Formats: sequence, C-alpha cells, structure tokens
Amino acid sequence: MIRPFAWIDVLFLVAALRWTLALTGAACLGGGLVGAIVALLRFSRLAPLALLGTVYTQLVQGTPLLVWIFGLYFGLAIFGFPVDAWTAAVAALSVYAGAFLGEIWRGALAAIPKTQWEAGASLGLGFGHQLRYVIVPQALRIATPPTVGFLVQLIKDTSLASTIGFVELTREGQTTTAATFQPFAVYLTVAALYFALCFPLTEWSRRLERRLHAAR
Amino acid sequence: MTYQFQFRDVLAYWPSLLDGVATTLMLAVTGMAGGVLVGILGGAAQLYGPRPLRLIAAAYVEAIRNTPLLVQLFIVFFGLPQIGLRLDAPVAAIVTLIVNVGAYATEIVRAGLQAIPRTQVEAGHALGLSGYQVFRHVVLVPALRMMFPALASQFTLLLLATSVVSFISVEDLFHTASIIESRTFRDFEVYTVIGVVYLAMALACRGGFALLYRLAFGRR
Repeated sequence: MIRPFAWIDVLFLVAALRWTLALTGAACLGGGLVGAIVALLRFSRLAPLALLGTVYTQLVQGTPLLVWIFGLYFGLAIFGFPVDAWTAAVAALSVYAGAFLGEIWRGALAAIPKTQWEAGASLGLGFGHQLRYVIVPQALRIATPPTVGFLVQLIKDTSLASTIGFVELTREGQTTTAATFQPFAVYLTVAALYFALCFPLTEWSRRLERRLHAAR
Repeated sequence: MTYQFQFRDVLAYWPSLLDGVATTLMLAVTGMAGGVLVGILGGAAQLYGPRPLRLIAAAYVEAIRNTPLLVQLFIVFFGLPQIGLRLDAPVAAIVTLIVNVGAYATEIVRAGLQAIPRTQVEAGHALGLSGYQVFRHVVLVPALRMMFPALASQFTLLLLATSVVSFISVEDLFHTASIIESRTFRDFEVYTVIGVVYLAMALACRGGFALLYRLAFGRR
C-alpha cells in the first residue's frame, strides 16, 4: 500500500542514523587500530616491515571500498566464516579506514624533526617512551585536522553498507521510498541528515587547521 | 579446507570484464573533465564573483562534500523524475559524477589560484609583461603545477568511486562482477579478480600522472 511521506517517516530516518553512527564508531575503532599499526610499520627502520605497510596502503587505496564490502560479505563464507552484514561492513570499513588513517598518521610522525627523537634518546628514553612522551604529543596536533576530515569521509562511506542490506540511514531511505513512492523528498531528507552530521565536523576540522597554521 | 579455487570460470568472462573496464574509464574521464570545468567556474566564482555568486558556490561545495555520493546518485536518478526530469541511468551517473567532482575541483582550483601571491602578479607587471603574459606565465602555469597532484589523486578516487553507479544499473566494471557472480557462483574469485583489475587501473593512473607531471612541469 502506498502511503504519504509523513513525519513518522522522518523520525524513522532519524532513528536509522544511530546505525550510521554505530558503523562509523566501530570502523573508527577498527580502522584506528589498523591505521596505527600501518603508520608504525611504514615508519619502521626494518625495510620489509616498511614495505608491508606501503603495500597495504597502495592495495587498499587502489581498490574500491565496495569490492571490500562485497568480497568480505560474499567471499569469506567459502573459508568457513559466514559473516553477517554488520560484521562484513565493519571489517571492510576498518580495512579501508586503516589505510587512509595510516597514511595520515605516518605523515604526522614524519613531520616531527629527527632531532626530537634524538633529544628523547639523549635523555635516555627508549623507542616506546620517545614515541609516547616526545613524538606523539606533537604529532597529534598535526594529525587531528586531517583525521577529523577523514571521519567525514567515513560517515559518508557507511552509506555503502546499505548495498549488502545493512539497515542504516541510506537503506532506511530506500525502504521508505518503496513504501511512499516519494524518492525526491525521502532522499533529500536523507542527504540533509548526512549533512547535519558531517558539516559540523568539516567546520571543526577547518577550524583546527586554521589554529594549527596560526600557531606556527 | 576443501575449497577449490576456480579463477578460470571467472576469467572466461574476460570480454564482459573489458566492457566493464571501458565503461568505468569512460565514466571517470567524462566525470573528471566535466568536474574540472565546473571546478574552474566554481573556483573563479568563489574568488572573483559578486557576493551572491560566491555564496552559491560555497553552498554548492558544502552540500556536495558533506553528503554521500550514493545518496546524490539516488536523488538524481530516482528523485528528479518525480519533479519531471527523467534521465537514463548512464546520463544520471555522469551528471552526478560531474556535480560531485565539481565540488572537490572547486576547492582545489580555489586553493591553487589563491596560492599565487599578489606580489608575483605585480612583479610580472613591473617587468613589463602584458596582461595575457602575466596570466599565462605567472598565474596559470604555476597554479596548474600546484593543482595537478590534487586533481590527479582526485581522479584516482573518482575512478574507484564510480563503482557505486552499478546500483542504478549502469553496466560498469563493478556491475560486471554481479553478472559473473550470478552465473558462476564464484563470489570470492569474482571480487578478487575485479579488485585486481581496479588496482591495476589505479596504479596505472598514478604512474601515468607522475610521468605527465614530469613531462609538463619537471626540470625547469
């Protein structure tokens, strides 16, 4: 039965936002972990480890996220790991985010002058302590604006989870469209909700960037 | 594990794969060309336009950059017919890609033009260069040089992002995957092969652009 696009539908769309946020949060955690490992690998003095980090980044940045989502969702089952849409989406987004965050964080680490490491070493700090007390606090300031910027990218990319049937904002929009036959209004509402989520983050990232440049 | 990999079944569909590659490349190239054109107009509007035009350009950039490409595609393909503008799937795909890339290109062009200090232009005039010479040698070429890497990586991102058009049934490379998959049931092999083809295209683009950059701007 076709019914009009009513306020209750808007509320359902708003409610579906929580799954978009959950996907983003989970992918942030997973991607952050992968990204930290990739950044450290690429920063490693051992050539094979550094190469491994580079190959991972190139591989993931050279393939569409959709291939990862579909590959993990449909492909993993043959290895005896049937996965549900949530797991596949989070795994694919983590793989993907890991490559980009790794690149951002490696750049931030590389931006800290070598003398800072040496200063840490001359104080008798080991590698881990140099990283923790000297390098990371400084690199964090550089890394924050692009990381927040990538977060916006990640929120938008969670929309692709709809393609394997995971019900987040975009999928809820498709369902609502099927019931109301009002695609224009529904998808504009969906877009507006994404905008409401992303725009403040974009602004924040921009402000952080400006402050970083002002401080220099 | 007893699974036997069968890449042969998938690779037997190589003519379909090639068709998919051609469509994907066509979408990316058309989208980029149109997007850069929009970007030049948008960047110029943001820097030199009157205030209302500047606001419109800024609103356009923010609206596009803060919403997913997939939703933009659905608005154009499913939404616009409702207000009387019906586009075929490939046309809707190209329009969406151009509008999407245009927003990112606007930012790149604006930043590139802004990076030329005013004093450089004044120096050009002081050296007795004509208006055209100043624009060409002092503004355009250095700005292009600065924009090129950003636009090149935008193209690679676009090439991969075009895969979403398969969800409005445009027969690009990713769509080919679902066709082969439905005939062979070789999910893992299909997505591996498709992934490798995308990777090869992305790496070729990156290499090609690096070469182009050196030919166009290198060694001065």
